[in-house]
Amino acid sequence: MALPNKPLGELKAVRDPEVEEREVDILVVGGGMAACGTAFEVKKWLKDGQSVLLCDKAAMERSGAVAQGLSAINTYIGENSPDDYVRMVRNDLMGLVREDLIFDLGCHVDDSVHLFEEWGLPVWKKTEEGKNLDGKKGQKMGTLKGGATPVRTGKWQIMINGESYKRIVAEAAKMALGDDNIIERCYIVELLLDANKPNTIAGAVGFSVRENKVYIIKCKTMMVACGGAVNIYQPRSVGEGKGRAWYPVWNAGSTYTMCMRVGAELTMMENRFTPARFKDGYGPVGAWFLLFKAKTLNGLGENFAAGEAAKKELERYAPYGTAAITPTCLRNHLMLFEMKEGRGPIMMDTVTALAELGKTMDKKELKHLESEAWEDFLDMTCGQANLWCAQDCEPEKKNSEVMPTEPYLLGSHSGCCGLWTSGPDFDWVPDAYKIKADNGKIYNRMTTVNGLFTAGDGVGGSGHKFSSGSHAEGRMAAKSMVRYASDNASFTPTLKQSKEELVDMVYKPVRTFLENCDYTTAININPNYIKPEGMMYRLMKATHEYGAGTATFYQTSSKSLEVVMDLLATMREDWEKIAAGDLHELMRAWEIIHRIWTVEAHLRHIQYRKETRYPGFYYQADYPGQDDENWFCFVNSKFDPEKAEWDVFKKDYIKIIPD
Amino acid sequence: MPSFVIQEKCDGCKGGDKTACMYICPNDLMVLDPNAMKAYNQEPDQCWECFSCVKICPTQAVEVRGYADFVPLGSSIMPMMGTEDVMWTCKFRNGLVKRFKFPIRTTPEGGANAYLDLKGKDLESELLSTEEVDGFTMPTPQATA
Repeated sequence: MALPNKPLGELKAVRDPEVEEREVDILVVGGGMAACGTAFEVKKWLKDGQSVLLCDKAAMERSGAVAQGLSAINTYIGENSPDDYVRMVRNDLMGLVREDLIFDLGCHVDDSVHLFEEWGLPVWKKTEEGKNLDGKKGQKMGTLKGGATPVRTGKWQIMINGESYKRIVAEAAKMALGDDNIIERCYIVELLLDANKPNTIAGAVGFSVRENKVYIIKCKTMMVACGGAVNIYQPRSVGEGKGRAWYPVWNAGSTYTMCMRVGAELTMMENRFTPARFKDGYGPVGAWFLLFKAKTLNGLGENFAAGEAAKKELERYAPYGTAAITPTCLRNHLMLFEMKEGRGPIMMDTVTALAELGKTMDKKELKHLESEAWEDFLDMTCGQANLWCAQDCEPEKKNSEVMPTEPYLLGSHSGCCGLWTSGPDFDWVPDAYKIKADNGKIYNRMTTVNGLFTAGDGVGGSGHKFSSGSHAEGRMAAKSMVRYASDNASFTPTLKQSKEELVDMVYKPVRTFLENCDYTTAININPNYIKPEGMMYRLMKATHEYGAGTATFYQTSSKSLEVVMDLLATMREDWEKIAAGDLHELMRAWEIIHRIWTVEAHLRHIQYRKETRYPGFYYQADYPGQDDENWFCFVNSKFDPEKAEWDVFKKDYIKIIPD
Repeated sequence: MPSFVIQEKCDGCKGGDKTACMYICPNDLMVLDPNAMKAYNQEPDQCWECFSCVKICPTQAVEVRGYADFVPLGSSIMPMMGTEDVMWTCKFRNGLVKRFKFPIRTTPEGGANAYLDLKGKDLESELLSTEEVDGFTMPTPQATA
């Protein structure tokens, strides 16, 4: 009888992979919106003889957070000022943000949006009579760049027909960079420091998820932009539905982990995002609140957010709670408050909202309104549309439940964890925010490691950039990197590790598998190794129970944090025995270690910050409420790769834009 | 809501230069069984239901079935990609069918302007290449101006 003992994935891994070595001036790790921005911009500044290479874990046409599409661009400054953009972000993120980075992004983001429209992204426009025109019809009103009026939902958001958003942006990016300078399905797993020059990036190592091949790439400078971290906490759906994460399920914290492991300083890793979304399908609620003017009701049918109890609760968190726009975390807090008081579930009143809008519309306009409601899901969260179909839910006839999700870590949406980077080198930027490279110069979006840049979800202290801002930031980093590579033209990157050592490291999970897999008759159950899937469940259970997951209504305590830190340390040890029998599993093996390190940074920061800065996102039971006197500052941390030690410390917040 | 492949319709993209669903899946889930010449989802519980495989399949062999943990049976949503629009057919569990057509792009595929000939001038400034062309001036915070 044949034993069921064989690798599960389709593409089997072998013990000794082929090795491809490359050397370039600029390496781009990632293929999402930020990396596409870099790809578009970088060659416009490269001098003859300088080279660039981009490695994407997936295919750029549909990789990153915008793979599925989007129904809105959430950051378009337009008629507003970058100063007001800073004020909005600052209040939403409870006062602690890098105002230089946000202002700078606000100056450039519209240029990227104008390019998207030129490339073919349909942008909705307002007619002079105040009607909305979408698709090609919108073009009749002219372009945004030419002064046409977009359809605003909130002050900063504009509506698009965005099913092919990523395809369009990737098309321009790939064309600009050239196919020869792109390796798709290449997962970079570890960054490499220079052998001679301290604290300086020299390259990266990764592997192909399509063939048994390890890539060793040397470079003078590098951008890492691989998104945020998803599936780090037990999701609300634990079967097939695990994949229905709100943020892209393939974001493994690689940005944070790879950069922190070479000593790059992190900031605000305690910040997280637990968005309130339509329950289970995780469809967006923004258009429902902003475009359709819907309200949420508690289980008693009350518009609780407008009630006296909510007002009183928000006053506890002044001045953020009493601001004109309630910060996202506090909106969650109010929802959780209702649920804990037994006044759940929370429902989005789609029925009343559509009925109200319908009062002033004719039949054709009403039909279009219904179509807009469905497009909101079908452009960016198709599964939510199917869930409505499966539940026989027509939003004009039946309300839908809303629920806060499991926690996510990110720096581009309504969150601000990430790397500590330089902003622009202007006089108005405080010196404390400027990171000097070894040559004394300031490079925009460079981390504290010489030559290492990041963008999008990677840049900390600067949330609310979303898709458009991430693209613009990737472009800003591109120019900075060319400047860095040119200023350091004589630098020859030298790796500390030999080719063999690097291959041994990357393929260790494969070797562990091959050496031990014949010992038992069941491929996943073996005392000599653990599979990535098992490790994923272990991580999720630990964070869920101790790390302020949904199990405890996002509450943790000093004791719980001690427990989970021990569990994480054991996970890191056991990861040395992780096994992968095929290339897909090898990808999962590296993703899980990236997730473990990222979560550790997150919880280390929560442990250090002795207050609850973001009620609604998490609660530190031993330190409830905000303590502005002691904690109105950034929390930064740094892992020392030489000593293998963490250091967590306060960093001053500096106000640039007055209230 | 994992993707699945209909046996009869999948030909393993044997006429093409790549297996379309395997090429596109952002999470490396869709793979080809080269013996059967059929594609399949190798890890359904990591499917983000992004529909990239459904949209790209040249034989409409890939569809999606709602997650077993919370989606009742009997519904389906199916996109048909055109060059300018996507047409969605949404079937409810109770038999109701809704169809929607949404624009996806206003230019022909491959028509994005990558500004291949554009070369930036001042590497020391903070201006992006296209901003430089437009004569854009970097704003300064109002309070510091």
